[in-house]
Amino acid sequence: MSRERVRGLIALPVLGVMGALFVWAFTGIHGFGDFHGAYGLLLDHIVVPLRHSPNVVNPIVFDVRGVDTMGEEFILFAAVLGTVLLLRSHGREESEERQLDRTVDAVESDGLRVVGVLMVGFALVVGLWLVAFGFQTPGGGFQGGVVVAGALVLLYAAVSFRAWHRFANEEAVDPLEGLGVGGYVVVGLAALASGLPFLQELFSLGKTGTLFSVGSLPVLNLATAIEVAAANFTLCIEFLNQYALRPRTGR
Amino acid sequence: MGLLPYLCAGWICLIGLYGAITSRNLIHLALCLTVMQSSTYLLLLSIGYVKGGAPPIFKGVKLGTKAVDPVVQSLTLTDIVVSVTVVALILALALDAHKDADSIDPDELVGLHG
Repeated sequence: MSRERVRGLIALPVLGVMGALFVWAFTGIHGFGDFHGAYGLLLDHIVVPLRHSPNVVNPIVFDVRGVDTMGEEFILFAAVLGTVLLLRSHGREESEERQLDRTVDAVESDGLRVVGVLMVGFALVVGLWLVAFGFQTPGGGFQGGVVVAGALVLLYAAVSFRAWHRFANEEAVDPLEGLGVGGYVVVGLAALASGLPFLQELFSLGKTGTLFSVGSLPVLNLATAIEVAAANFTLCIEFLNQYALRPRTGR
Repeated sequence: MGLLPYLCAGWICLIGLYGAITSRNLIHLALCLTVMQSSTYLLLLSIGYVKGGAPPIFKGVKLGTKAVDPVVQSLTLTDIVVSVTVVALILALALDAHKDADSIDPDELVGLHG
C-alpha cells in the first residue's frame, strides 16, 4: 500500500470522528447571536465605570487577565528566542560584504521607491497611533506593535536589502525585546514592592478617555507594543538574512 | 443561520487537520497548523456575538448599549499575535531540517543522527 493511501486511511476516521464531535457540540450550544454568557456581558457594563476606560477589550487583556497576558508575552519571547537560536547558529564562511554585493533588489523603479518610502512613514504613524491612543479606541499594544514592525519591513520591500540591512541591526533590536517583556514584569513587581497585589495599578485611574488613565495600563500597553514590534521585526530580520545572504556554494 | 458560523469554524479546523495528516512538505504542514488555529478565532468570535450588538467600545456611546462579548475578542487578539511567532519557530525548524537532510518532505527525514 502506498504511503498516500495509508495517509488517506488514517485521515478518514480521524476527520469523521472529529466532524461528528463538532456537530454534536455545535448543536448543543446557543445559536449564533444568542449569547447569554454572564461574564462577558457583565464586563461590558462594569469595566467603563470601574477601570475608567472606554475600550472594554484592552482592560480585559491587561487588567482582568493581566497575568495571563504576561504568560503570553513569554510565549512570544520564547518562540522568537528559539527561532533566533536556530537561524543564527549557522556560521557563514563568506564575508557579509561579499554576500551583500550579490543581493538583488526586487524594486527597480524610482517612482515605486518614493511611494514605498512614503508608505513606510504612513504605516509607522498609524502603528504608533494604534499604540499610543489605541488602548482607548480600537487598537492597542499588540495590534500597533505588529503594524510598526510591518512598516519597518516595508522598507526592505520598497527600497533595497542593502539599505535595510544597515538599518535592521540585530544587536539593537535584541535588548528592546527584553525591555518589552521585562518591563511588563517590572510593572507587576513594582506594585508588589509598594505593598499592593501583583499588577495592581500604581497610578490613579484618571479621567475616562484621556491618554494617562486606566492606572498602569498605558505602561503595560507600551511594554507590550515594544515586545511585539521587536519580536516581529527580529523574526523578519532572521528570515530575510537567511533568504538574501546566501553563501555562493550554499545548498 | 443559527449554526452556520460554528460549522464554518469546524470545517476550517477539519481541512487544516486533513492537510496536516496528508502533508508532504514541512512548510505546507506549518501553514495547515495556521489554518487549524484560524478556526479558533472564528469559533471564539462567533460564540461571543450578540445579535445587533455593538463593538465593546463605549467611546461616545451610552454605557449599557447592547455590545458583544469582549472576553473572546481579547482572547482572539493575543491568540493571533502569538500564533505568528510560533509559526515562525516551526518554519525555522523546517529550514534547519532542510539544511540537515536536504529535504522538507517528512518521509525523507528518517533516522536521527546527533
